[in-house]
Amino acid sequence: MTIDILLFRTTLLAYALATGLALADILWRRPALGRHGRVLLWSGFGLHSLSMISRYLTTGFPPLSSLHESLSFFAWAIIGTFLLFHLRYRLAVLGAFVAPLALVLMIFGSAVSTATTAPPPPLQSWWLPVHVVLAFLGDAVFALAAVAGCLYLLQERMLKKKKVSSLFYRLPSLQVLDNLNYRCLTIGFPLMTLGIITGAIWADRAWGAYWSWDPKETWALITWFLYAALLHGRLAVGWRGRKAAVLAIIGFVLLLFTFLGVNLLLSGLHSYSALGTY
Amino acid sequence: MNFLVLGLSYKTAPVELRERLNFASDDPGSVLRAMTDLPGMTEAMILSTCNRVEVYAASKDIPLGCARLQRYMAAYHGLDENQVKPHLYVHCGRDAIHHLFRVASSLDSMILGEPQILGQLKEAYNQAESSCTAGPVFNRLMPKAFAAAKRVRNETAIAQHAVSVSYAAVELARKIFGELTDKNVMIVGAGKMCELAARHLTGQQVGEVLVTNRTLARAQALAEQFDGRAVPFAEFPLYLSRADIVLTSTAAGGLLVTRAQLEEVIRQRKNRPMFLIDIAVPRNIDPDANQIDNVYLYDIDDLNGVIETNLRERRKAAKKAEDIIEQEIDRFYSWLRSLEATPMIVALRQQVEEIRRSETEKTLHGLRHLDAGDRRAVEALTRSIVNKLLHSPLSVLKRAGDDITGEIYLEAVRRLFDLNPDPQKSGTDAVEEGADTKQDSIS
Repeated sequence: MTIDILLFRTTLLAYALATGLALADILWRRPALGRHGRVLLWSGFGLHSLSMISRYLTTGFPPLSSLHESLSFFAWAIIGTFLLFHLRYRLAVLGAFVAPLALVLMIFGSAVSTATTAPPPPLQSWWLPVHVVLAFLGDAVFALAAVAGCLYLLQERMLKKKKVSSLFYRLPSLQVLDNLNYRCLTIGFPLMTLGIITGAIWADRAWGAYWSWDPKETWALITWFLYAALLHGRLAVGWRGRKAAVLAIIGFVLLLFTFLGVNLLLSGLHSYSALGTY
Repeated sequence: MNFLVLGLSYKTAPVELRERLNFASDDPGSVLRAMTDLPGMTEAMILSTCNRVEVYAASKDIPLGCARLQRYMAAYHGLDENQVKPHLYVHCGRDAIHHLFRVASSLDSMILGEPQILGQLKEAYNQAESSCTAGPVFNRLMPKAFAAAKRVRNETAIAQHAVSVSYAAVELARKIFGELTDKNVMIVGAGKMCELAARHLTGQQVGEVLVTNRTLARAQALAEQFDGRAVPFAEFPLYLSRADIVLTSTAAGGLLVTRAQLEEVIRQRKNRPMFLIDIAVPRNIDPDANQIDNVYLYDIDDLNGVIETNLRERRKAAKKAEDIIEQEIDRFYSWLRSLEATPMIVALRQQVEEIRRSETEKTLHGLRHLDAGDRRAVEALTRSIVNKLLHSPLSVLKRAGDDITGEIYLEAVRRLFDLNPDPQKSGTDAVEEGADTKQDSIS
């Protein structure tokens, strides 16, 4: 086992433990466990970063091309985004929902081939890491928006049904969750837009065309329109609350489909099999 | 521990009796001192609230102390002892400590987990301290009771979440809006019930407060009270779109706000959420309004349902709290024992060192041919023998404090070495007797 895979496995373990502790925190009201869980999440994030660095040093190109590497980077970005938002807004409870998401991506990532293969020569360019990093950072921020959306719907339902519980009291207020939705949108949307633009530039270098309507490009564009509509609705029409939460969740489902579904179900230029590693 | 509690509470006595026994006198110090002047009584403290009247005391003779205390209480309030007696409960020793810890943690309160009782207990203790009727028993016990209460509060949900209509309304508002600082409140109607809820809401540093009532004068009076603005009753629907929180309680007002009206209001507010609290019966707001997106409508039954759930959570938490209290009492006792182990260790060391010194001196006196270096070597030898011998028994004694069997070792050492760390007894006797025993065992 190479060092980066060892680090990856350790990270997975740290995320799994952190998930357990965060869930124990909200289910049985044990804030001390939650704090330990966040320490583990930080350490896992550190190990995860080391894992990617060591993979970069051994192969000599950014670890962003195989399916394993993409899943790993996506999980890293989600955890990193959550930790940053937590530092700023103190949203401990979100950890119990974000950590499992990252954990699932990590488990998926360890189930697929972890072999390293250099991307084919036409794709070897600095535009690749820039495009991929921007796209995934945007996805990670939208993941957080979707988690906030789920919590919003959960809490809204409890408020409407007038059913309180200990979980109800642990959730952040509707206002805080709605603000989070808005903030994620204003950060994630520019990242996603830049991701698509850099992707187009890279496509021009690699294949000689900015846009070739392969399934991934099409779905990314659909997703982009949905977020654009949400942002417009929020800013101009006064969409908020439930509607914004639902759209953030739909948006994230589309994102996941663009990321994974397109590769697994449809074939095109972006599929990892084209890169020969999946 | 010669600690006792004697008193009555809402569980054992009707309010008529409780208020007659209330010690709200101008000079609690003299009452406390009169209590400690009773025969055998060494310390006294009075906890007198609207739900309970209790005297905590330390006494050398518990049965006598209780009898005198109870007579004193009745006499002080001009009552016959037999009138009071059936309502009194008396606990002593561990039971009294248990009672004190439960009271401090609000487990014995009428409203489970209410926070005032701890403050009242602290005040009672301060009063006893300043009246010089608190001594070593209270000074050891009370801080532990406060610590137990703090632990219960931190580790259980006993004091969490509102159990009154007005607090529940504030808590729900926080679940919707987070901070209430810039939220406008509108109060429609001016019933008694409404006033309390309004006071809690407006006590949260909210934004603008609008008050309306059928009689404008009443609205103005209320507006003044809440630092708000009065609005004519006929015009209040026009102001609805400005209000984030609306509290209605117009008795016999019937339906004042319809669903269609609120749909329009929400549109004007660009979907900013609204929290409507309708505590009027019959209701003032169309119940269907709850189905509008971003409108949260709670009537009095809904609020009571929330309170009922919260109370259930508190009762669940109380079970865990009882366990914590048992732990804390055990901890208290082991701490007490450790206090007794320390003087024992000191006494044992002193005794043995005394023997060593005198015996070495005696021997060295007969060995005059030894030079200074040899004498030092003999001294060192005896010292190291003593230290080696004492090492294991002393470490057992040091641990004895946290062990349930610790007392056995303390008692064994006391008897084996005939030690009595009580300063009243002369130390020299013990040393001499100890010396004899030692010689016996050697010969």
